[in-house]
Amino acid sequence: MSHAATPGRRWPGQRLTRGARAAGLTALLAAAVAFPLIFPNPVATNYGVFTLIFVAVASAWNVFSGYSGYISLGHAVFFGSGAYTLGIAARDWHVSGTAVFALLPLTAVAGALIAVPFGLVALRVRRHTFIVITIAVFFIFQLMAYNFSFTGGSIGVSAPFLPWQAATYNNPFYYIALGCAVGMIAIAWLIRRSRFGLQLRAIRDDEDRARGLGVRAMRVKLIAFALSGAVTAVAGGVWFFYLTQVEPPSGFDPLFDLSVVLMAFLGGLGTVAGPVLGALIIEPGQLYLTATFTSGYLSEILLGVVFLVVVLFMPRGIIPTGGEWVTKLRTRGRPAITPPAPVQAEKAEAKR
Amino acid sequence: MARQIYQAIADGILVGGVYALMAVGLTLIFGVLDIINIAQGILVILGAYLSYELAARLHIDLFIGLLVTVPAMFVIGVVIQWAFIRPLRGRERTSMTLLVTYAIALIVEGLLYQLFGPSYKQLNAWYVTSSVHVFGFYLPYIYLFGFVLALALVAALYMLLYRTRFGRSVRATMQDETAARLIGIDTNRVAAITFGIGVAVTAAGGMVYGATSGGFNPNSGYDLISRLLAIIILGGLGSIGGAMVAAVFMLTLESLVDVWSPEWAIVVFYAALVLVLVVRPSGFFGRQPVRAQ
Repeated sequence: MSHAATPGRRWPGQRLTRGARAAGLTALLAAAVAFPLIFPNPVATNYGVFTLIFVAVASAWNVFSGYSGYISLGHAVFFGSGAYTLGIAARDWHVSGTAVFALLPLTAVAGALIAVPFGLVALRVRRHTFIVITIAVFFIFQLMAYNFSFTGGSIGVSAPFLPWQAATYNNPFYYIALGCAVGMIAIAWLIRRSRFGLQLRAIRDDEDRARGLGVRAMRVKLIAFALSGAVTAVAGGVWFFYLTQVEPPSGFDPLFDLSVVLMAFLGGLGTVAGPVLGALIIEPGQLYLTATFTSGYLSEILLGVVFLVVVLFMPRGIIPTGGEWVTKLRTRGRPAITPPAPVQAEKAEAKR
Repeated sequence: MARQIYQAIADGILVGGVYALMAVGLTLIFGVLDIINIAQGILVILGAYLSYELAARLHIDLFIGLLVTVPAMFVIGVVIQWAFIRPLRGRERTSMTLLVTYAIALIVEGLLYQLFGPSYKQLNAWYVTSSVHVFGFYLPYIYLFGFVLALALVAALYMLLYRTRFGRSVRATMQDETAARLIGIDTNRVAAITFGIGVAVTAAGGMVYGATSGGFNPNSGYDLISRLLAIIILGGLGSIGGAMVAAVFMLTLESLVDVWSPEWAIVVFYAALVLVLVVRPSGFFGRQPVRAQ
């Protein structure tokens, strides 16, 4: 929408903006890498770890739901499954210490393996029904976590102990989470530019027509769903290892789903930067509120209120709305794309 | 064993009647407004708390209290529709409305926690604690009374929809909103009143739920909404008859599995939904979408 950068059409400052964008991204990445060195306080790095985990998850959610238009309210299925996979594998195979990190790829496999049957059922239906089925599957998983014996029932699973110093305990987690987040953003960017991403967005705009034009809709949706689920599961694994404990209501948390969706909506659904920005705003805010108000209910109410405000007053999110604003500034009120000359009318007049 | 099974079927049908009432409200809202009200579950719990407060503080009988709570919930529904649902327009309306109602559910849940705390409450009256002996079964009176109430309200809804002028305009709006507006139906008014009615039935549903479920707290809303969603999807979205059949079917199934394994009963409930959808994506009585988008 705000992408006026069609090949044939360049505005004077384009080269500059492209350079500025690269420099800005490098600076952001450098700042993210340097963050634990500048703020070594565990309280600060704790915020960093959680925020980066949610950057990765929101971006992963967006690659499926934002691009394809199928709003999933069941991504906690992958998050919780990733956490449980890591916990159960470490427990049953007696993996301890830092070797547990080597199990992280396994969580991705688990996430993708769950996504395929889940998607095969859920992706047959659209709109409301799809959303409702993701909610139903979510509850099935939470109930299974409660009821199976290998998931530890309502006690859950604990992670192996890490003999690290408390002062720098968060730093390795921070960098792993950063790696996940940056990797996921890169994937999201690549997909958006690719033929695959175009197919996803064609499905979002008009699935029947996309199929008519030769998009293998089911396959495309399923691949995006599995990819999104795999990354979410890895993030869940990191989250679990960081918290060292997962129970059914914390691993499979309905608030998780809603927070992730809110992040994407706040930043801008279907954009690359939107969910990242949303996560950077929402997650620290939530952590701060939970830390300030111990009851926890107030942060829930506030989450709901923020959600209502965002949906009612800025339904398209910060990035698209901001992009329009920038375009308006740059063109100083003139329309960004000049409307084509009314050829037909002129011809008609000439004939007369 | 056979005896337990009969008892389970009787329980399932009686409780299913109450779920049918709540589900009909939900599916009616879907049919007219094309939205799914995620807040329905927590509004049922709100209805239960309203009945609880009336009974505990003012000593009003649960059934008489409905004369207050049903209109109150109707007003809440109309206000929600007017303030949060009506302003939503555009391509993302489907997901937006779901998220808005989800947000409302969160706010109501948080407020209920703030007011009542996480401890479980139960509605009490003489008909909750004493049982009646019919055909060799012991059934608490509340199951029977609740079932009769649900039947009466579903019948009233049916009469409203199929025997009144307002009902005809509701059905017209369900079929084609644009056409309905063209022939002079005030679809905004129909939408507001329908949302109000759909929410108002939660007051009655909540009262019976609060008396039969063996305790509720603000968290019970999640359990309820997921069951209600499963029921209306299984029945076919927007199908009132389908919602009633699906409610009785699902609750009876759950009640039967419960005889063998209480932990897995609810999982079977959702598994049934998934299985049915694999075979019939539009549910039992769902209309095949002409061009779903």
